[in-house]
Amino acid sequence: MRDVASERDVDSRSTVNERVVTLDVNGRTYTLRLDTRVTLLDALRDRLGLVGTKKGCDQGACGACTVHLDGRRVLSCLTLAAQAEGREITTIEGLTGADGPHPVQRAFMEHDGFQCGFCTPGQIMSAVALMAEGRAGSDEEIREYMSGNICRCGAYPNIVAAIRAVASGGGHDAHL
Amino acid sequence: MRTFDYVRATDTQEAVRLLADDPAASCLAGGTTQLDLMKDGILEPPRLIDITRLPLHGIERRGESLHVGALATMEELAAEPIVAERLPVVRESLLLGASVQLRNMATIGGNLLQRTRCRYFRDPGVAECNKRSPGSGCAAVMGAARMHAVLGVSERCIALHASDLAVALVSLDALVHIQGPTQRRTVPLTEFYITAAESPEHENVLDHAELITEVEIPLPPPTARSGYLKVRDRVSYEFALTSAAVLLVIDGGTIRQARVGLGGVGSKPWRAYEAEHVLTGAPVTTATFLDAAEATMRDAWTVPGTEFKVPLARRTLVRELQTVAGVTS
Ligand SMILES: Cc1cc2nc3c(=O)[nH]c(=O)nc-3n(C[C@H](O)[C@H](O)[C@H](O)COP(=O)(O)OP(=O)(O)OC[C@H]3O[C@@H](n4cnc5c(N)ncnc54)[C@H](O)[C@@H]3O)c2cc1C
Ligand code: SF4
Ligand code: FES
Ligand code: FES
Repeated sequence: MRDVASERDVDSRSTVNERVVTLDVNGRTYTLRLDTRVTLLDALRDRLGLVGTKKGCDQGACGACTVHLDGRRVLSCLTLAAQAEGREITTIEGLTGADGPHPVQRAFMEHDGFQCGFCTPGQIMSAVALMAEGRAGSDEEIREYMSGNICRCGAYPNIVAAIRAVASGGGHDAHL
Repeated sequence: MRTFDYVRATDTQEAVRLLADDPAASCLAGGTTQLDLMKDGILEPPRLIDITRLPLHGIERRGESLHVGALATMEELAAEPIVAERLPVVRESLLLGASVQLRNMATIGGNLLQRTRCRYFRDPGVAECNKRSPGSGCAAVMGAARMHAVLGVSERCIALHASDLAVALVSLDALVHIQGPTQRRTVPLTEFYITAAESPEHENVLDHAELITEVEIPLPPPTARSGYLKVRDRVSYEFALTSAAVLLVIDGGTIRQARVGLGGVGSKPWRAYEAEHVLTGAPVTTATFLDAAEATMRDAWTVPGTEFKVPLARRTLVRELQTVAGVTS
């Protein structure tokens, strides 16, 4: 990992409001020169072309921009790209492994866990974290701990069904 | 968003010095209030000092106190076994707030310092806001008030302090440890906040160049029972209309110790001393709880949109007293 203290070096801030930022996304390292205002969400979408992460409200209210930072789910719209430096970032694109889609992705397809699909990457990132947190014990628990992800299409019953299927049906890699 | 210089501080003294050097700089913790308001154009600091790498993340029990680093997140504090065991009121106030994503970002220090959700305050198109521009008036008093306060308010400002955690912490007599450029100090959370009635623009006693380093929570007696009830417009992921933090020590049908905090009603997290006074030494009955609730909210100052909060806050308190005491009739 990079040495965080060295990031204070003046030469990593070439002009007052720009900064060279190194991001570790889905196991790859990217070095970008960014306006300090750029959020992690905009860096992912506009600079790295990782457009799976969605911009819904851009204000912390909808959960469409959910990604994992060091394994924890956070909102990329309220995180500056510079704040994510030195952290392990996982986006929806990073969930798919060598053997195809993540079990949660497959469950969303099987259970029709979406209609328009706009909220879906955020829902799935949240759902994967929810299982790692051990909070998929009941429908009630799933609903409570998924409440930060809004679905305008109202696909909630199927989203809960998809998560429940992975949590109870298990499968070898359900807790990835 | 206005442009800003981003600086990442790596030690606490350095962060404090950076703040002292620049009267317009702001610090950035989880960013869930700070960046949100910058995006709205309400806050425009020319320099942001990222404090998230400061070594203030630890949560440690020392004797009968829990010392919580200012940068511990809401999820981290809620996950502590000692919190589940001895501080259910804190755990519930945390887990009933925001969403998991936000709680993974939001820090304990930032939570105490979150800004009001008053929509006029958050709308730069609204000129009348004494909190933003002292002397300009208050759009909420004349406008659509609902998520606003009724205690510690005046016609100059009815902004609510929306933290759930802070309501639990004022009821527990938590202490705020502060570091400034030349000194450290400790302020009881009950004396940390300034009401909107006293001053709409100053919300607490923290100076510009001071950081919260730690929040200290005295552990209640092991026999205490506690809990937090939050009443809101939707079941989850919503701010409180009203809430109640309750802690009781009960001995043989009598209340030996009572702590009460009320949320959703105050321009600061509200400690309901009058209710505690009624409860202490009284029998554990619903009649006692009704008396305690009646004693609260007497100084409420309402506008048409907030009148409902007076009876709702009282009922919220009665319900939570019943739940914590295990009494239904
Ligand atoms: C959609 C949404 C829903 C929410 N729902 C709830 C809810 O139900 N209940 C609830 O209680 N809260 C809720 N919140 C508020 C949230 O809890 C706060 O925004 C959060 O706790 C702030 O912490 P932070 O670390 O993100 O602070 P930041 O946004 O980084 O900082 C907040 C302020 O405090 C200052 N600051 C931060 N840390 C320090 C420090 N250590 N010393 C000195 N100054 C400091 C910053 O300069 C800034 O002015 C919600 C927020 C959002 C966006
Ligand atoms: S209630 Fe306070 S914050 Fe809201 S508009 Fe009035 S003065 Fe501003
Ligand atoms: S886009 Fe981030 S929460 Fe809506
Ligand atoms: S599927 Fe359309 S917003 Fe959720």
